[in-house]
Parts: sequence; C-alpha cells; structure tokens
Amino acid sequence: MLIDNFEHQQKILEKLYLIRDLEEAIAKHYPEGEMRCPTHLSIGQEGVPAALSVCLTHQDLAVSTHRSHAHYLAKGGCPKAMVAEIYGKASGCSGGRGGSMHLIDERVGFKGSTAIVGNTIPIGVGLALSQKIRKEQNISVVFVGDGAIEEGVFYEAANFAALKNLPVLFVCENNLYSVYSGLENRQPQGRKISEMVAGLGLTTYSGDGNDVVSSHQLLSQAVNEIKQGKGPIFVELSTYRWREHCGPHYDNQLGYRTEAEFLSWQKLEPIARFEKWLEDNNLMSKEAMNDIREQVKKTIIQAFAFAKDSPFPDASTLAEHVYASGAQ
Amino acid sequence: MPQQELMFTEAINQAMLIAMEQSDDVLCYGLGVDDPLRIFQTTKGLVEKFPERVFDMPTAENGMTGIGVGAAIAGMRPVMVHQRLDFFLLAFDQLINSAAKWHYMFNGQRSVPMTIRLIIGRGWGQGPTHAQNLHALFSHIPGLKVVMPTTPQDAKQMLLESIFDNNPVVFLEHRWLHNQTGMVEDNTSLVDSNYLPMHKARIIEQGEDITIVSMSYLTVEAMRAVDELKRQGINAELIDLRSIKPIDWPTIEASVIKTGRLLVLDTGATTGSVAGDIVAHISEQHFSALKAAPKRLAMPDIPEPTSYGLTKGYYFGAKEIAEHAHFIVKNVEVVDLYQGLIRAGHHDVPGEYFKGPF
Repeated sequence: MLIDNFEHQQKILEKLYLIRDLEEAIAKHYPEGEMRCPTHLSIGQEGVPAALSVCLTHQDLAVSTHRSHAHYLAKGGCPKAMVAEIYGKASGCSGGRGGSMHLIDERVGFKGSTAIVGNTIPIGVGLALSQKIRKEQNISVVFVGDGAIEEGVFYEAANFAALKNLPVLFVCENNLYSVYSGLENRQPQGRKISEMVAGLGLTTYSGDGNDVVSSHQLLSQAVNEIKQGKGPIFVELSTYRWREHCGPHYDNQLGYRTEAEFLSWQKLEPIARFEKWLEDNNLMSKEAMNDIREQVKKTIIQAFAFAKDSPFPDASTLAEHVYASGAQ
Repeated sequence: MPQQELMFTEAINQAMLIAMEQSDDVLCYGLGVDDPLRIFQTTKGLVEKFPERVFDMPTAENGMTGIGVGAAIAGMRPVMVHQRLDFFLLAFDQLINSAAKWHYMFNGQRSVPMTIRLIIGRGWGQGPTHAQNLHALFSHIPGLKVVMPTTPQDAKQMLLESIFDNNPVVFLEHRWLHNQTGMVEDNTSLVDSNYLPMHKARIIEQGEDITIVSMSYLTVEAMRAVDELKRQGINAELIDLRSIKPIDWPTIEASVIKTGRLLVLDTGATTGSVAGDIVAHISEQHFSALKAAPKRLAMPDIPEPTSYGLTKGYYFGAKEIAEHAHFIVKNVEVVDLYQGLIRAGHHDVPGEYFKGPF
C-alpha cells in the first residue's frame, strides 16, 4: 500500500526535514565545544525512521542504538529535550546523565537508546515479552545496524523472539560500515543479512531504505502482520551514513570508503526522492513542502535556544539515582 | 508467628510461591526451572500454578538477561536463575551496562527490578569454572545490590525483599547451604516489616573480644569456631554480612569500636575481596579503635582445582578461623588447640548425604 493518507505524507516529510535539519544544526554547532559528548549523526539515514514514524502509536515501544537521534525524533521524542541532553543540561531527556547515546522519551514509547552495539536488542525483545504476557495489542521495535547483527546477542534475542512468537519488529538499517570497517571485512560475501535471519525462523523483508515510499510499504505491512499475531519480523533496509562514524565532519579523505561511493549514495538520498514522489503524483505543492520545512526550522531554533539557556544539572546531584528508592 | 523447620531450598521455594501469588508482575525463568529436578527443588510447583510466567529458556545467558531487563523496564519483576554462577559471566554486558546503569543514566525515570539467583558450587570436583565466588566483582558495580543469605529464614525473607526491591539484585546461594535446615516463619505475605531489612547485617553472636565478619557458607564454619573460642575464654562477636552491596557499615563499626579487633572472612579470592574492603574501611575510619592488626581470611588467588587430592588444603574452615581469631586476641600462635574443629568425613562435601554430581 502506498502512502495514501495526506496526514501521513505530511508527517513523514516533516520527520525527514526534522531529522536532517536538526542533525545539520548539531554538525554546525558541534565545533563550538558545548556539546561535550560522543555524537553519532543520522544524516543520510532519515528515510527508514521517517517511513516507520506513521506506522506506530505512542503505545508501541522502541529501543535504539548509539546512532539514535533519528529514531528518537521519528518516534515522537521531544526535540528540545534531545538537544538539551546533548548539551548536558538538566532539562535534557536524561537530565544530562546520558548524553547523545542515551536518549529516552517514555511518553511516546521511546524506552531508551544505549551505546554498546547490540545492547538493546534483547531489551526490546523483553519489552515484547511483557506485551505478550500482558496480552497487549502493541509491538516493540528494535533498531539495529549491520554491525549489531554480528553480535551473539542478536542471535540469542532473535531466537527467543521466534521461539515465543513475540510481537517485535527488528529494523535493520544496513549502512555498510561498522565505524571504519566495511561489511566485506565482517560478513561473508554473498550472504544477505535478511536471508541469514530468515534461517533463524523469522519472517524477513528487505528493501531500499532510501526509498521512503517502498520502505513505508514494507514497514507498515510488517507492523500490521505483527499486530495480527504473526510473530517477529526482521526488515533489512539499505542506506548510507554521510558523515563520520562519530562527530560532525565528512571523512571521505580517510580512505576507508571512496568519494565515488559516497557520491553515488548521495544521489539516492531519501528526502529529494520523497519530495519528487509527492510532486510527481500531485500530492503536495512545493509551497506546502516549504511551509513544513520552515516550521521545522523554527522548532530546531527553539530547541537549541532551550538547550543553551538551560542550566547544567547541579554538581550536588551527582550521586542521585544510583539506586531507585523503595519496594513495591 | 508459627514456624516450621525447612531446608534452605524449601525456603527459597516458599518465597518464589509467595512472590508469584502476590504479584502478576513476577516472572521466573532459567535453564531447568520446569525440568524434573526444578533447580534443586527451589522452583517446585511453580510452572503448574503460573504456566505463563514460569519458563525454561534457551542456553543464552546474555540475551536472556537483557530480555529480563526489557521486561523489567516494562514494569515486570523477573527472577532469573542459573545453577552455577559461572555461566552468568556470559551476561556481563546486560548486567553491568544495562541493569546496573538504567536508573542512573536515564535520570531516575525507570529502574530495573530484576533478581538474578546464582548458585555457587564447591567441592566434588566442581573445579575452576563451577565454584567461583565473585560477589566482590558484582559489588564493584554501582547500581547493583548483592546479597548472600546464610540461613533458610534469611533466604526466604531476603529473596522476597529482592524480588520487590526496585533495583537489580544479585542473589547468591552457596550450594553447601542448600541442605541446611532452620526454623522459618510461616508468613505467606510479602516482606514482613518486623524482619531485619535486607541491607542490614545480622549479629549472630554477641561478644567483646573480637569482631568476626562473615558471609554465606563461611558463617556456618564461623559459628562452630565461635563456640570453641568461647570454651577457650574468647568471646567473639559474629556478624553475618548478608548484604554485600551495600555493606552495613554502622553495624560493623559499632562492633569493632566495642571489641577493638577484626577478622573478616571471605568465600572469594583474597585480592580485591570484600574482606579487603572491610579491613580498609575500618583501618581508615577507626584506626584508633583497633588494638591489633585487622585480618582478612579469604581464599588464595588460585582457581579451585578439581582433584580430590588438590582440594584438600584449598578451603579453610572453623579450625583456621578459630586459630586466627585466637592469635588476634592473644597474640599467641596455637598448635593443635582447635584440631577438634576439623570436619569429619570427606573434605569435599558438605555432608555425607552429598553424593554429587553438582
């Protein structure tokens, strides 16, 4: 099913702009030295999270990785609280205790992102286990990259999800690189991730993650099937990270990937393709698109102003929250 | 409250039944929780009563720990069990990076109320990877609670308290305590508010001459040592630590201020031990109260070997505890005085009832 709902078209476009422009703003401000934490940008990878954003409700849960800004924003996470978190401010979504790699917004079902590759995979499956035990109708989404598939815990968690027929959607953004290590150095040539995962007993789909329309088709179908009780589904979507693994810069000069490869992926970028699809099908005018982008730019300016104006958490609160208080 | 005599394993089983009856949020899983042996009978009768919340698991310690963390942040209270602690070492990412950190790194928004039962082996050739006492390793991690009950009564109450605590708790059971019996209160509700809270140490014996701090199975050996020391005119105060993290400093400090002497026993290796930490803490904070050098009596920095021949001199017991206490109090080395404390029978079993294999 194509994206036939105008609200969904608008929302996807808004998420695409929000992720791209907010990440670009981080890249611009990062050299100022006020965002003092490792930061992994999602520029180039906006398509998959934006496409998924309209398939989920706030009651559906999600967990993510070190590169989680896009997932947090797509799930509906508050931009102000995210930017403030990266600035280490008390008003940040984790009160400054987590930084860019530990985002959370439970009001919208974003249960947390963590820094260790593969770490949240079983956690997301555990969320789905609780949903199944409690007979809830919602699902849990686990965002992973191609690197996390190499972790043993992926196999462990996927095996259990299949064993128990859990309502979990694995969204694998395959961007070909784990830091500076190419896929060809890490996984056997000719073996597709989704085909390997199918061997574990999961339903799998794969597609072009920079094509928002077809990604949405796959993801909405997967979400619907999981909600009908068909068990865990794994969706592999190809995409490409434009900037360095961690930090605000381009890094093609390092030589671990070629400029030509980068340029070929840049041509396939998700936002322009989605705009073109909307235009070609007479679904949205250029003017309407500009309006959405202008709104997004305001949101971003407000988020940075909020973050910069917020105080740091007081040093006297250092030892708070090591333990949760009380019993049931 | 009425009491009945129970084995340690029966007390654990009672706590599990009570917890699962009291709250639909409690889960129980682990390799073998529903098999014919039921984790040394500790999970007996559970799957029949709670078929959806009690389940066997794939042999996947790290993944299954993370799945417990996920269920916990969704509001459940998972209890995971491993028949040997050593297998749980595969799960350190989920224990340390997830369970222990979640509450802090997300600013107190969500905690991980999960209990991890780990059974520590000893003897009968359990060997290098089936007999490790790693409570010090767990206690090093901020955000974890670590407990080691000794008596059946404490096992029951502390397991209930662990399950309904809002933090991750590593609950360590020494295999040599499993068949110990003791009187256990018949409560069928949750934590008895009159009961000594989990984070408090228990003073097993009052005395004025020396403070002996102990934990888990070594408390059983220490009780025998304390009886014999009394016959030699030495009144030891025996403190069963119970909680390894946090440590009940006020109870230990008050005792050492009274006795002026300290012997700390530890079932783990000496270097980096909890005993070392307690000696350091008392030396720093109460140096002037000490009448003699404090002492750690912990295991050598050697893995447990397997052979009956090699394990003979590996563990210490009541005899060595009494000899060290005697020396600290009297400053005299004794020979033969405490020979009677050597346990009869094979050195590598908790009692003649134990015929292996684990």
